[in-house]
Amino acid sequence: MIRRRKLAIWLLVLGALHAIVICAGFFAPYDPVEQDRKNPYMPPMRLHLLDTQKHLHLRPFVYVFQLRPGSFDQYVEDPTQPRPLHFFVAGAPYRLSGFLPARLHLFGAGNDRIYLLGTDAFGRDQLSRLLFGGQVSLLAGLLGAGFTLLIGWCIGAVAGYFGGWRDDVLMRLAELFLALPWLYLLFAIRAFLPLSVNPLHAFFLIVAVIAAVGWARPARLVRGIVLSAKERDFVRAARGFGASNFYLLRRHILPETFSVLLTQAAILIPHYVLAEMTLSFLGLGVPEPVPSWGNLLSNLQQYSVLVSYWWMYLPALAMVPFFLGYLGLASALQERADPYKIERRSLGSLA
Amino acid sequence: MRNCPATVARCRILFRLFLSFSALISSPAFARAQQNNSREELLVLPGEIGRPGGRLVVSLRGEPKTLNPLIAADARSREVIAVMQADLIHINRATQLTEPALAKSWNISPDGLTYTLVLRKGLKFSDGQPMDADDVLFSFRVYLDENTHAPQRDLLIVGGKPVAVRKIDAQTVVFQLAKPYGVGERLFDGLAILPRHLFEKPFQEGKLGQIGSLNAAANQWAGLGPFRLKEYVAGQRLVLERNPYYWKSDAKNNRLPYLDELVFLFVPNADAQVLKFQSGETDMISQLGAENFSVLSRQQNGYTVADAGPGLEYNFLFFNLNDLGEKASADLQRKQKWFREVKFRQAVSAAADREAIVRLVYQGRGTPLWGLVTPGNKRWNDANLPHPSRSLDRARALLKEAGFSWTTAPNGESTLQDSDGKPVEFSILTSSTNADRSKMAALLQDDLKQLGMRVQVVPMEFRSLLDRVTQSKEYDACIMGVASYDADPNSDINVWLSSGGTHLWNPSQPHPSTPWEAEIDRLIEDQMSARTFDQRKKLYDRAQEILAEYQPMIFLASPDILAGAKNSVGNFHPAVLEPYVLWNVEQLYLKSGRENAAL
Repeated sequence: MIRRRKLAIWLLVLGALHAIVICAGFFAPYDPVEQDRKNPYMPPMRLHLLDTQKHLHLRPFVYVFQLRPGSFDQYVEDPTQPRPLHFFVAGAPYRLSGFLPARLHLFGAGNDRIYLLGTDAFGRDQLSRLLFGGQVSLLAGLLGAGFTLLIGWCIGAVAGYFGGWRDDVLMRLAELFLALPWLYLLFAIRAFLPLSVNPLHAFFLIVAVIAAVGWARPARLVRGIVLSAKERDFVRAARGFGASNFYLLRRHILPETFSVLLTQAAILIPHYVLAEMTLSFLGLGVPEPVPSWGNLLSNLQQYSVLVSYWWMYLPALAMVPFFLGYLGLASALQERADPYKIERRSLGSLA
Repeated sequence: MRNCPATVARCRILFRLFLSFSALISSPAFARAQQNNSREELLVLPGEIGRPGGRLVVSLRGEPKTLNPLIAADARSREVIAVMQADLIHINRATQLTEPALAKSWNISPDGLTYTLVLRKGLKFSDGQPMDADDVLFSFRVYLDENTHAPQRDLLIVGGKPVAVRKIDAQTVVFQLAKPYGVGERLFDGLAILPRHLFEKPFQEGKLGQIGSLNAAANQWAGLGPFRLKEYVAGQRLVLERNPYYWKSDAKNNRLPYLDELVFLFVPNADAQVLKFQSGETDMISQLGAENFSVLSRQQNGYTVADAGPGLEYNFLFFNLNDLGEKASADLQRKQKWFREVKFRQAVSAAADREAIVRLVYQGRGTPLWGLVTPGNKRWNDANLPHPSRSLDRARALLKEAGFSWTTAPNGESTLQDSDGKPVEFSILTSSTNADRSKMAALLQDDLKQLGMRVQVVPMEFRSLLDRVTQSKEYDACIMGVASYDADPNSDINVWLSSGGTHLWNPSQPHPSTPWEAEIDRLIEDQMSARTFDQRKKLYDRAQEILAEYQPMIFLASPDILAGAKNSVGNFHPAVLEPYVLWNVEQLYLKSGRENAAL
């Protein structure tokens, strides 16, 4: 029972986190590519409930930042100008989870602007970019992991079940892929592609590359399980009764791999999100101005940004709850997958 | 508060300017021989008297390839060579005017064809060997020799004929030109006088290109500059020591340079240079980016940063106007139809938010540009060049006149399309290592989106970018920057002339492909042979106006020259011309007795 509850909690946490990112348009107050050229590198505005006279306000508000005279990126809070937060306001049009056109935002400030996580070099809202950037990074992670597991599952099953020269060829191929310096491979692939890649193509390119490079490890795992499963007594018995290869794989062997695949998925997704971030950080990912977590962090390659604007680090923090969530899920899944299941079932078939 | 040091530095520069001017007016102060030593005629420099001794450490963008001025092509080698060699007549980096160097005086004949230069007496190379007119003759023979392939050779071909050099006596040399040359005596700036006693043998053996490696022993190398080679540690540093035979002194008869040693540390990355400067490992820093400048000025700790004002670097966008014929892909041919439309380029220029570039890219430490000559170039800047402010309405009107139209997608996004109904989409190349230009591209991308153009920014490693632009010519548009090395238009001649290799939008044309390029060619060539400054300026202004009208280059902005030095460094007066902080290296000195930076 405890195990099951643990799994449910992690699923709930991850579900909530993903819901926020999927509905980025609603939670983000602005269009992530909209530039506010008057306010570059504005620090995050602090939410207040108490004003300077210690009066309590029920509606949270922020104080407007003013550029310090003669400076470019030094702002001071102006306590004479409170700017109240309004909830459920109409604002910049967006498409909810990429489909539903909508204008409703969780909060806003009328015609004024509120930057709860500050702005970047072009005065773009960091919060909005963070949320929309999550869509790109997480989707790349999910799709990449999905493709990897699909490829790895098929290859592993074929190699393990049929054995022989197929096993040899496929496993040597897998070893080759494990040994590839994939980062340089990516640079090479990118150099061969046409100059300008539109963001959608760039995105699918990343997903394809990540998936193509990572299939070897799950394939070897699946192969191991298939190898041991196909020698079980109940499988032999079924074969003795004349079951076809396809029936055996579908009914008896592949189901044994599901728990491993699930655990692998929970481990691979955060890894692939990280891979997307690495690629985008190096400028190989989705191009500007489309945000992704790696893109957002690539600003930190500049020393001046590194030491001057701490809020540019926030995208690195954003992935922490996701990682914890997925790793928690992976361990819960592992606990749930009963390691003695196969033994018990084979004992049962003997009895 | 933050601006204070910069203002002070500017005042100092003005003061220096004033000093130099007054020195030039009372020209004897410069040219007069110093009589305490009858054999030597030292050049007396005005300015603050310094303290001899000490070591100054600066960082260099990378390892210099050679010390040989005949083969040096990279900026790092040239920076080092500049402090090891000397020229006959030198351009003062602060005043941007010429002043005597190895030649104590000169005379140009009324027809502008004969230059008579009188050398200083008692000049010696850094190895103690005397220097006279024969060395000058030898140097120019080497520069003009076709087998040497010296980059300087092109500069010395005037009117299709090489400059003829003749010796009158040991101190007097005559240069004979085939055609009047508007650049005048500026021609001699940067042409190092080579040591005949060391170079003659390799020259006769045809091995000149092989000498000058950094590994050579210090006694195999000599120059007339303030410093000479002491030690080279591969991958780490180059140590130069004071040239005891240098031919300049301060107003109190102290022989220059003040410093005992000048050390170049090889630091390839701009951010790493800032860190080294901040931690005190280097004493000076130049070519600072605006963002790093503001980091340094925010936490000033024993050092001063200075804004020397607008420099000569101009950043611009240009479209691929090459005539590629069959080689061009159908896609590029379609796009080139827009790019060749003058109104299209004018519309892009009208939509560019130059003020935002100055504010967001240069943090206000820059100037918006509408032409190739920056405000930093005081003599040649065309005050009458129009500076139209940003106007999307004007841009839209221009596009409409050129046959473009707009369609509106259901989500409210409007897209610009050409007369064939194709959407206007193109990519802009930028150098991936230059954060400033990448930012400009991102701003332009947003500006042009408001006109309905879909622009992709493609960051690319600089060498492959250059290859695409000048060799394969497969690109749509590109953002680049060029820093003129001199204020005189001569330094940009290859950008102006349609036959020039850096005529970037369509380089190395056999014949000018458009009437306006032919007109610019004519103006620039005329101005090169015009006699007076006023005539040259008039012709040059006209060329700038044509460029501004046809917009083959859409000029964006020019950054200020930003530099920094420890407070202990005296005579720190950054200039807007290269070398920004080392131009007066012989006058730099350390105020306190201690060694500044340890190695």
